[in-house]
Amino acid sequence: MNWGSVAAFLAMGGYAGFVWGSYGVTGLCIALEMTLLVARHRRLRRKTR
Amino acid sequence: MTATIRWFKYSSPPAFYPLAGALAPWFFAAAAVFGAMGLYVGFFVAPTDAQQGEAYRIIFIHVASAWMSMFLYVVMAFWAGVGVAFNTRLSSMMASAVAPTGALMTFIALWTGALWGKPMWGAWWVWDARLTSELILLFLYIGFMSLQAAIDDPRRADRAGAVIALVGVVNVPIIYFSVQWWNTLHQGASVSITRSPSMAATMLTGMLLMALAFWMYGIAVVLLRVRCIILERERNADWVKQLPEPRR
Repeated sequence: MNWGSVAAFLAMGGYAGFVWGSYGVTGLCIALEMTLLVARHRRLRRKTR
Repeated sequence: MTATIRWFKYSSPPAFYPLAGALAPWFFAAAAVFGAMGLYVGFFVAPTDAQQGEAYRIIFIHVASAWMSMFLYVVMAFWAGVGVAFNTRLSSMMASAVAPTGALMTFIALWTGALWGKPMWGAWWVWDARLTSELILLFLYIGFMSLQAAIDDPRRADRAGAVIALVGVVNVPIIYFSVQWWNTLHQGASVSITRSPSMAATMLTGMLLMALAFWMYGIAVVLLRVRCIILERERNADWVKQLPEPRR
């Protein structure tokens, strides 16, 4: 185990902004892409009936 | 009894639409499982890097997305080329379905690269060979998508897009070998076929798990998008009108 505490984990050895900024934006992008696609498909199915 | 698998059956949109819908959830599930494993190994098993401290942990998404950005471009060019050569509708739809995810992966690779470059190099961005050729990849994806969006007739849009996709494919080996061909700030490949990896085994495991997760995610999302494109292009076909009621 690398981390003594939750705080140490969140601090990322002083690189918190860089590490969490990377993972956060990546997570957002993936969530957004999936949401938009599901909505697009639902809209299309409604239109083609 | 001999069972013949009719592979070409699935090259027609009416047959592929339900198949893609049935497969996508499994690829999403695989992506979630590999992603959870990769994040666990990446944050809790892989040790702190001797030189880069904890900042190196960006590698787990940076490398996975950068690999996907190049791989998806080749996939897109392949389907675009097949679509033009054999005039198969579904192939061109696959190429169009890959492009946005490829662009997204390129953006993630550039974004995480900037956030890694700042603490390690002291700069968000430098105009060196690796970074510049990856930026050109983003422009190629965007060019492919805008060109297709600008042409009303889908078949003409497919052919025009295929030209960009196929010409742009020369950029992929340039990105890959840029760290060898030019003197660059970007570090060399950590993983290569010819020599053993220059990193701790657990770091490598985390990286490969995340690459698998991104791979599964890419397949799942492209399948979802190709379903949308099929519906958009075939909306007047009888089989689309006869689709069963969507589940609520």
